[in-house]
Amino acid sequence: MPTSPGKQPEQRDLFRGALEMMILRSLRRQPMHGYALVQHIKQRSKDLLQVEEGSLYPALQRMLRDNLVKAEWEISASNRKVRTYRITPAGIKHLEHEVSSFEQMLKGINLVLSPADF
Amino acid sequence: MHWFKQLFTRRQIYSDLSEEIQQHLAEKIAALMAAGMSPKEAASAARREFGNVTSIEESGREAWTWPRAESVLSDVKFALRKLKQSPGFATTTILTLALGIGANVVVFSVLNGLILRPLDVPEPSNLFQIMHGKDWGGSQSYRDYLDYRDRDASFSGMLAYQYLRAGVRVGKTVAQSWGFDVSGNYFDVLGVQPAFGHFFHAADEHGPASAPYIVLSYDFWRLHFDSNPHVLGETIELNQHPLTVIGVARKDFHGTEPLFVADYWIPLVNATQVTGFDDLPYRDHYAFTVLGRLKPRVTPQQATRSLNIVAAQMAKEDPKDDGLTALVRLAGPAGDEQDPTKKALLGILLLAMLVLLAACANLASIFAARATDRGGELAIRLAIGASRWMILRQLLTEAVIVSIVGAAVGSFFARLLLGVLSRLQIFGDFPTHFMILPDGRVYLVALALSIASGIFFGLLPARQVWKTDVVQAIKTGCLETESFRRLAVRDVLLAVQIVVCTLLVTASLVGVRGLMLALHVPLAIQPEQVTLAQADLRMAGYSGEQALPVQKRLLEAAQAIPGVSAAAVSDGVPFLGGGGDWFVYRWGTTEFLPSHMAFDALSFLISPGYLNTAGTRLLAGRDFTWHDAGGSPRVAIVNQTFARKLYGDKSAVGQRFALWETAKYEVIGVVEDGKYGSVSEDPHAAMFLPLAQGIGEVMSPSATILVRSRLPQDQIAAALRQKLIAIEPGAPFTIRSWADAIDLSMIVPRAVAAVLGVMGLLAAMLAVTGVFGMASYSVSKRRKEQGIRMALGAQPVDILRSTLHRPLLLLIGGSCLGLLGGVLTSRLLAHLVSFATPRDPLVLAGVLFVMTFLGLVATWVPARRALGIDPSRLLRE
Repeated sequence: MPTSPGKQPEQRDLFRGALEMMILRSLRRQPMHGYALVQHIKQRSKDLLQVEEGSLYPALQRMLRDNLVKAEWEISASNRKVRTYRITPAGIKHLEHEVSSFEQMLKGINLVLSPADF
Repeated sequence: MHWFKQLFTRRQIYSDLSEEIQQHLAEKIAALMAAGMSPKEAASAARREFGNVTSIEESGREAWTWPRAESVLSDVKFALRKLKQSPGFATTTILTLALGIGANVVVFSVLNGLILRPLDVPEPSNLFQIMHGKDWGGSQSYRDYLDYRDRDASFSGMLAYQYLRAGVRVGKTVAQSWGFDVSGNYFDVLGVQPAFGHFFHAADEHGPASAPYIVLSYDFWRLHFDSNPHVLGETIELNQHPLTVIGVARKDFHGTEPLFVADYWIPLVNATQVTGFDDLPYRDHYAFTVLGRLKPRVTPQQATRSLNIVAAQMAKEDPKDDGLTALVRLAGPAGDEQDPTKKALLGILLLAMLVLLAACANLASIFAARATDRGGELAIRLAIGASRWMILRQLLTEAVIVSIVGAAVGSFFARLLLGVLSRLQIFGDFPTHFMILPDGRVYLVALALSIASGIFFGLLPARQVWKTDVVQAIKTGCLETESFRRLAVRDVLLAVQIVVCTLLVTASLVGVRGLMLALHVPLAIQPEQVTLAQADLRMAGYSGEQALPVQKRLLEAAQAIPGVSAAAVSDGVPFLGGGGDWFVYRWGTTEFLPSHMAFDALSFLISPGYLNTAGTRLLAGRDFTWHDAGGSPRVAIVNQTFARKLYGDKSAVGQRFALWETAKYEVIGVVEDGKYGSVSEDPHAAMFLPLAQGIGEVMSPSATILVRSRLPQDQIAAALRQKLIAIEPGAPFTIRSWADAIDLSMIVPRAVAAVLGVMGLLAAMLAVTGVFGMASYSVSKRRKEQGIRMALGAQPVDILRSTLHRPLLLLIGGSCLGLLGGVLTSRLLAHLVSFATPRDPLVLAGVLFVMTFLGLVATWVPARRALGIDPSRLLRE
């Protein structure tokens, strides 16, 4: 039996923007390293979002490239060498823009899905 | 953006990423252990939740790369590494493809150089040739040219030219040379500029002998005048007629004939002084090629219509133009739809493509086998997260690399071969230049062909990859192969190879058979042991009228050479450009108009004894004597075709015919039909007239001395040269053996047979390796099974039948299909080969023999291997 083709990160494209938004939002609150970010997102979503932990990193690399965040090696409170991410002014601007357009979209979708007209 | 900085910091970025991920995992493991897991459980749980580290790192890195370009680059690197690991495989595949591509490059270059390339003049696309209706090709009379030029409005300019062959005196020696005599507007209509000096113009023509100028070609100037810039104003003698050098053409301008490289150009109004014959006044003397520049927005069809209106007017005014028609087509070989060379080359190109197809089929099965063998590796790569598309891309990259390297190697050798071919001078002293070296267009075609074939044979094994079951593949170490029972892709590939091979073997046998038959065509001459000395006596300053005594003296000198059994003199001989072409009229014709002629016949002016020396049999009547001279009745000897065409079944001897008002002849002899220009020509009417009488009032200034002798050719040639030079030091004699000259005229059938032979050989090699590969594969694949069958009592015959059954079936089926294809392509081959067709029983038998032989060769070793299976050993293993 041939197996089905393996799942690709690209297949979560729909999620990519959302993941970035969540990362930026979290970093805006306070700078964090990757592991902490994952834990934070999991807690805040009350485990409703099943994020594969690793998928965070490609997103972080893209944001580093686009200068939305910056990273620095630091020693954490628990005495670990961690790479801490901070949001940049460009990142803040991007986040606001993304959030507002996401809200617009959600509003639109809600209007369409709302049963009022039917 | 920051891409330049990124280029240098990338390594740091990547290692940061890896380290960060490792830290993440470590922190996660620590957290899990703190929650009570064992270290081992924690590690595997952390990895599970994290996902595929390698592929996440990879997509993280992709943020920093130009993903397409870089992953292609890494594919290429990997493919090169893989190919280096198996040099045997790489060499075989590259050479196979190099043969296929190389063959195509050679053929396409020749096609490109001889046929597709336009004339080397500015704006060749609006330069058209005015053809003389259907029957007369491109030759026009000068008077008709003048009328077309002056009365027709479709062209912005119209020029005329013809070949000119003359002895040119440089210093003290006289050398043969070839040029053009051209209308005054020649250079202006073409729009070419001189390298220095100036060209002559239409305004320089003021009637006969009014423009004694000559323009030299660049190469001629370089060779004979040592690039002397003070050549302008100097006098050059052509056939002892002085002309003033007024200019030198540019290096890349060779005139208006493909292949031909002109030494010089002179105004046609001055050609009579050089040639001794006035080509200009006769409306039925078709000697010139006419080219014209179409005006903008005039189509060739419109021009043809308008020229035909002019032609109809001309026919009304002068009955010699009765039935005159015109046809406009692009100048140069590109415009010639009926060009036999073009058809032949297209045919050969098709066969070369078939060789490439066979090569690709071969490579496809090699690549498929390789993909099967590498199944373990590919399966592991699939299992650790490579996508099928990545694997495919990898295999495809390998195929395309092989094909590009193959194309480079093939093109390199093709270039070497073409370099040799382009320097050939196959037309004796007629200066030619084969511009067949590959240009950009050829290399582009080679590249396109190679990439197309790479994709073709790379994609076939791709099917396997797509259908692979990873788990199964890892277990068995090879990719799932298609069932051996069904018709597999492999079988189709092999069948294609065999069909193509049979086709090409058929073609090559037809070529060889055609050549064999051509060598035995009755020529009506016996050229062996005949040596020829040819000279144009005009080059020594004699006119036609003065030539006869010289011709006689030369003949007497040749006859006096010891060891010469027979000798004769003529104006020309078959196969060496001899033979004028004249309209023949029935006796009693009063109006000698082209529309009234019976047919056209070749003429040879010969001395008594010519027929005997040449070895042409006289079937009826008598040979000439020296008494058949000026003043005595005009007599002729004709060939059988001439006699049959004019007199039917009646005896020709004693009959009469006429060439024009004052040239009326009585037939005194009939000779056998022969070949006069090429061995494959159709029977042509020919007439032999006494050299001492000339044709009508025209005496020939050419002299060909024929000498038959048993002495070695070089000895007789030396003696002949010495004797002739002593009599006529001013004439440049060309001395050669007649048989060699005829061999030279056979260069085309020889070349075709050689090309077809090489292609047949290539295809045969490919087919043998194909069948061999399949038979070996089938034997090795089923060794165990056969061992068991042998142990159970199967006979050798049964073993052979079951292992070789499939390749043999394919061989037989493919051969039959190929043979059928060969017979169906008879018409294509007819463009290439005269005398033989695939329907020739000898050819058919030959093909069957060759294919059987190839089958035996290819299956011999696998069969031995199958019979050599030792069941007891196999069962122990």
